[in-house]
Parts: sequence; structure tokens; C-alpha cells
Amino acid sequence: MYQFNFQPVFENLDMLLYGAWLTIRLSLTAMVFGLIVSVLGAVAKTSGIRPLRWLVDIYVEVIRNTPFLVQIFFIFFGLPAAGINMSPNTAALVALVINVGAYGTEIIRAGIESIPQGQIEAGKALGLSPVQIFRHIVMKPALRNIYPSLTSQFIYLMLTSSVVSVISANDLASAGADLNARTFASFEIYLVLTVMYFLLALGFSTLFGAIRRVFFTYPASR
Amino acid sequence: MIREFSSGDIMFIIGAARWTLILSAIAFLGGAVGGLIVALSRSSQQKLLRRIATGFIQVFQGTPLLMQLFLVYFGLAVVGLPINPLLAAAVALTLHASAYLGEIWRGSIEAVPSGQTEAATALSLSYRNRMRYVVLPQAMRLAIAPTVGFLVQLIKGTSLASIIGFTELTRAGQIINNATFEPFLVFGTVAAMYFVLCWPLSLLARRLESRMRRAITR
Repeated sequence: MYQFNFQPVFENLDMLLYGAWLTIRLSLTAMVFGLIVSVLGAVAKTSGIRPLRWLVDIYVEVIRNTPFLVQIFFIFFGLPAAGINMSPNTAALVALVINVGAYGTEIIRAGIESIPQGQIEAGKALGLSPVQIFRHIVMKPALRNIYPSLTSQFIYLMLTSSVVSVISANDLASAGADLNARTFASFEIYLVLTVMYFLLALGFSTLFGAIRRVFFTYPASR
Repeated sequence: MIREFSSGDIMFIIGAARWTLILSAIAFLGGAVGGLIVALSRSSQQKLLRRIATGFIQVFQGTPLLMQLFLVYFGLAVVGLPINPLLAAAVALTLHASAYLGEIWRGSIEAVPSGQTEAATALSLSYRNRMRYVVLPQAMRLAIAPTVGFLVQLIKGTSLASIIGFTELTRAGQIINNATFEPFLVFGTVAAMYFVLCWPLSLLARRLESRMRRAITR
């Protein structure tokens, strides 16, 4: 009969909670930089410069059709051969940014293309300034259209970030692995970790839902 | 003893890709059965069934696949089974696929116009026949594109089985890397192998999706 032992988990809960905070910080940082990469990628894709478009296409396709685990191995172990050395934490962040940037590029592009040209012309006809047009006619509706995809992408990124524990970068999954190496209460530790990730995902999706209700509930154009 | 990265190593990596495919196939077939059960429960008349299916989907979509793998792997000992990486990976990925396919297929079932179900009921077809001859065949056409898309996610997901010690494509790369110490070449080759497996499926999913959209908007 298996003897459950949650003692080591509860004795080290502060360490796991700190790990959860590191995961939140890593995910948010990766999302911010990832969005910058996404906007650049989307602008390059919708621009008329063909070689630039091909480059972005190759980037997006390669990242979306290879596992994140292999990407992180390539960045952390493979790149030093080309003279690029990084600490585990930097490699983890870089890998996550590159990964979310590829998915984000497609999302942002869809957002840009979702604004009808006629609406911008209508704004000009009403005598709105370019700043007002960008803010009220382009930015806000585009953001509203892609908001659900962006938020679910963030939660997906947070769950994926657990993989950075394989190169011992600092996050929740690594905190669990350290605890496991010291106490061997494997099943109990990973059960608690799974619950913690679930609560993180639930918390963020609740928060994003609240933000959506505050900012994006006005009559839809469709 | 460090040796050169040679054609033999490439053959070893290609051979290990077989296990990636086998694991993906097991998870997909198991996930298809589980997914159908989840999708039917999710769109059933009974509240309790709907609740259970919703909870199942939420848990598996709201936690990392890596944690799911670890839980099943260490959970084998809890239920008194021998610890076996292939078994753990197959069970975890099957559950994972059941949740995702269940959610995809629920959407497809609900997209079938309710008039179809009403007409079938008016013809006094039983639930079983209604599903089998009227609803599911139509839902299947809608489901095929996102299902192929998920298959790409699943193949990529099998790489995590390397962490619990199952020798598939990614772990074969790690083994070769430890012997040759050519990480740039080795992981580049591994990434290329995944790309060869996944990219055609991605293209197929996209093509099916645009064909479907044209069919709907006609």
C-alpha cells in the first residue's frame, strides 16, 4: 500500500510559492517582449517587401512545427557552438520570447487585417485627428478582436514555461524538481505543482475576463 | 570518449523518430475514443455528465503537459504498477488528447444545426441512431481540419516523454549529443526531423480549413 507523505511539501510551501512568483514574472516578461516581436513580425508580413515576408514566414513555420523542448535545447546547448553563450535564465526567456513571437505574429496580423479601411475614412470625414483615429478606430477594435486569442496564448505560454525546468532555469517546475531531489516525495510534489499551475491559469483567465468586461463591452460592429 | 557526428548517428535519430510516431499514434487513437466520450458527455442532456466533462477539459487544458506526464509517471507507483516510461507517456498523452479532442469535437457537434437533431427526433430515431446517422457524420466534416491541427500539437508534445526517460526522437538527440558533443548539429537535425513530420500536417490543416470556410460561406 502506498503511503502518502505531504509533509515535505507543506514544510517547503514558501519555496514553491516563490517558484510560482518566478513563473508569473518569467511569463509576463516573455509575453511583453514576445508581443514586440509579434508586432514587428506582423508589420513585416503585411509590408510589400517580399524577402522580409519570406523571412518572417520561415521563422513562424519553423517555430510552430518544432517542439519547444528542442528549441530550448538548441538555444541553450547548440548556440554556444556558434559563440553565443547564455545563462539558463536568459536562454529560457529568449526561447519563450522566440516561441510566443511566432504564434503572436499570426494573431497580430489577423488583428490588423480585421479593421475595414472604410472605418478609417469615416473617422477622417468626421474630422478626427490621426491620433484619435489610431486610438479609437484602429487600436481599440483591433485589440478587442484579438483579445481572446492573446489571453489564451498567454496562459498557454505560462503552462509551456514549465519546460524551462529541464535546463534548470528558475521557475515553479524547477522549484518542484529541487524539492523532489531532496525529499523524493515525487507524486505528492507534482500533485501540488499541478494544482498550483491550475490555480495560476484560473486566476489569470478570471483576471483577463474582468479586464475584457471593463474595456471591451460596447456594441460590436458585427 | 568523444566521437565524430556521422551518418550512423543520423540513422539512429531517424530510427528513434519511429517511437515518436508510435507514441503519437497510440495517443491519437486513445484520444479519439476518449475525446468522443468527452464530446458526447459535454453536449448531452444530463447536467452531471456535462459537469464532469467540463471539469476534465478544464483540468487538462489548464495544467502543463509536463506536469501531467510526471503525475502519471509517479502515479503508477501509487496504484501499484511498475514504473514504465512508455506506459506513463502513453496514458498521459491519451488523457491529454482526450481533453483537447473532446473540446474540438464538442464545438463541431454544436455547430450542426439544431434542426437536424429535431428532424431526427421527429422521425423517432433513438439517441444512438440520431448521433450515428445524422449528427456525427456532419460534425465530422467540420472537425477534420482542427483535428489535423491538433495532431501537430500532439507530435510536438511527445517530445516531453524524453524527460521521463522514454527514448524517442528528442532523447535520441540527447544521447547522440552526449557521445559526439555537437549540440548545434544534433539538435538542428532533431528539429529538422520534427519539421518534416509536422509541416505537411500543418499545411494540410490550413488547406482543409480554407476549403471548409469556402463551403460554409457559399
